[in-house]
Amino acid sequence: MISARSADQVFVALDHWIVGHVPAPFQTLASIVIAVAMIIVVFAALFALTTVFERKGLGRMQNRYGPNRVGPWGTFQPLADAVKSLTKEDVVPHRADHVVHYLAPLVLVGVVFLSYAVLPVGRNMIAVDLDTGVLYFFAVGAATELAVFMAGWSSHNKYSLLGAMRAIAQMISYEIPLILSSVAVIMIAGTLSTVKIVEEQARYTAGIAHWNVITPWGLAGFILFMIAATAETNRSPFDLPEGESEIIAGYFIEYSGFKFALFFLAEYIEMFAVSGLAITLFLGGWSSPVSFLAWIPSWLWFFGKLLAMIFGFIWVRGTMPRLRMDQLMNFAWKFMLPMTLIVILSAGIWRFLSPAVVGPRPLGGVIRWLVCALVIFAPYILLARKLERGHSMEKRTYRFAE
Amino acid sequence: MTPLAGCLLVSSLLFSVGLAGALTRRNAILVLAGIELMLNAANLNFIAFWRFGPHPEFLTGFMFVIFSIAVAAAEAAVGLALILAIYRHARTSDVSEITEMKG
Amino acid sequence: MGMTVSFLILAILTLAGGVAAMTLRRLVHCALALAVSFAGLAALYVNLGAEFAGLAQLLVYVGAIAILIVFAILLTHSSETELQKVFSPAGIAGALLALAVFAVLAWAVVSSGAAHSAASVAAPQTSMREIGFALMQRYVLPLEVIALMLTAAMIGAVILAVRPTSGSEPAETQAPRNPELRA
Repeated sequence: MISARSADQVFVALDHWIVGHVPAPFQTLASIVIAVAMIIVVFAALFALTTVFERKGLGRMQNRYGPNRVGPWGTFQPLADAVKSLTKEDVVPHRADHVVHYLAPLVLVGVVFLSYAVLPVGRNMIAVDLDTGVLYFFAVGAATELAVFMAGWSSHNKYSLLGAMRAIAQMISYEIPLILSSVAVIMIAGTLSTVKIVEEQARYTAGIAHWNVITPWGLAGFILFMIAATAETNRSPFDLPEGESEIIAGYFIEYSGFKFALFFLAEYIEMFAVSGLAITLFLGGWSSPVSFLAWIPSWLWFFGKLLAMIFGFIWVRGTMPRLRMDQLMNFAWKFMLPMTLIVILSAGIWRFLSPAVVGPRPLGGVIRWLVCALVIFAPYILLARKLERGHSMEKRTYRFAE
Repeated sequence: MTPLAGCLLVSSLLFSVGLAGALTRRNAILVLAGIELMLNAANLNFIAFWRFGPHPEFLTGFMFVIFSIAVAAAEAAVGLALILAIYRHARTSDVSEITEMKG
Repeated sequence: MGMTVSFLILAILTLAGGVAAMTLRRLVHCALALAVSFAGLAALYVNLGAEFAGLAQLLVYVGAIAILIVFAILLTHSSETELQKVFSPAGIAGALLALAVFAVLAWAVVSSGAAHSAASVAAPQTSMREIGFALMQRYVLPLEVIALMLTAAMIGAVILAVRPTSGSEPAETQAPRNPELRA
């Protein structure tokens, strides 16, 4: 048991050990530097891993090999990509707004990395335990829209401006369901602190953890959160801002070389961050799902869940076709927004149907679960039927070049 | 100089900058931006008085800022919608050219 | 004290953003400078211990109002350089007036008792829990009024901004569409 705990806290102990060797006046600074460096190194490495993983996975789904030239099974592909993007010429359009064009990728990457400060990647492993953690995450994320606009506008290219406009419209529309679906969790946990939200879920009843995702509102909230997160990070099927076949590459069309690599990095880092928040809010953060697996180190749980989420993103990208702009907006405002409000309502009902109201544990719990599920499911059916009215699903013929 | 006075000086500078912008710029959007800056300067005052005032535990100034931010959001939305409507009508957003109501 | 250095840096950042927003020629630059100023103010709030207010400021001002202003600039085709000299007579008069206002305010601040009497008290420890209880108990009526007002403002803004030619279409589906190509 001692060894399991030490494996769990090995990085925390290492951090304390290093900070302990620094002279006293610089200890705060040292711990900050270590935390920042760890976040950047770990997640940049994860980014490199994910690019290979994604290209191999997509290749597998599309019956092709994917990268297989560099290193064994193409595993050194990220190194080759890094060398390529670093040595490529950095082309800046003549009419571009040079200062803004230069700043946009830096602002984007900086802002995206800032949001990792409040993600608990393991027990006692968090950069800053803010009392307002979840709010901080969304507040910092709000600045990415401005960076995207800077990139699109400064390039002085109509495709990049169109891409930026699409991206901002999409990010603003899907930010609302993203925040509202996490409101349910905040309401139940009674705190905005990410650490406390995870601790709340790391309790066990009959060997099973109190993850939010096993409650009806949690499950619905998780699904809505992930849809909104996919749109927020401009991943397929919500990749209209990039739409290669329509607007070539969207807001970063005029970027090349290392700046393009920064955009690419920011996109993936943002995906990890939002997945990390989903894990924290709904999937119990670093806790294990069942108590007899609690000996596995907490950071392994977190990164295991993160990899599973990344695989989910890749799977969705390999499966779904891209949406149209009007479909995207209608989906956000007519479906996502009402459903997140219903999820909040269901979470409120869950809160007040305590065992004192519905009776003792096994039966009362089932009643509570069913009532809350009904509160979500019935409006869902009604809403879906209403939205589907007039849209028959039979075979449609498209006429091109009209 | 105490921290409170420092905050108040910063906020009065910001207020003056916003005022100068709102008075001199001719684009309606920038006039609105100047007004937002003046509003923000007032918010900084509230936070400063809450922080250095006698009873921070009552959260009065703090809450005022929260509500003021919400009001500012509504104000900006309506203000910019008005500017858009005027632009559609008069084909300009220059406040000195919108003189239709002049007697 | 440690607070003053960071306070000074943030104050300079905020003021520089504000001055740039009010003097730059290209309107999009003005909007970006304005966003810097808003972000600096948010950091100032955090610096003063009002973490929640600072984050709300960042979320609302940088995430929403700056974006709205940028959209408005593109929709009204004002992204070209404004044809106006910075040192026009009206500009000088406005700047002088603002300077006079600042002089009066600064005189009031420096000569008032607030500048000398208020000793630097310890930062108030406000937890999110207290803020939540205050919002839901003491300030619940203002909260409801604000909610009503936001709804009214949203509907009003949609009605104002919707184009009369396509009145039946909801505003949010058409607002973001290719603004540069319109009209």
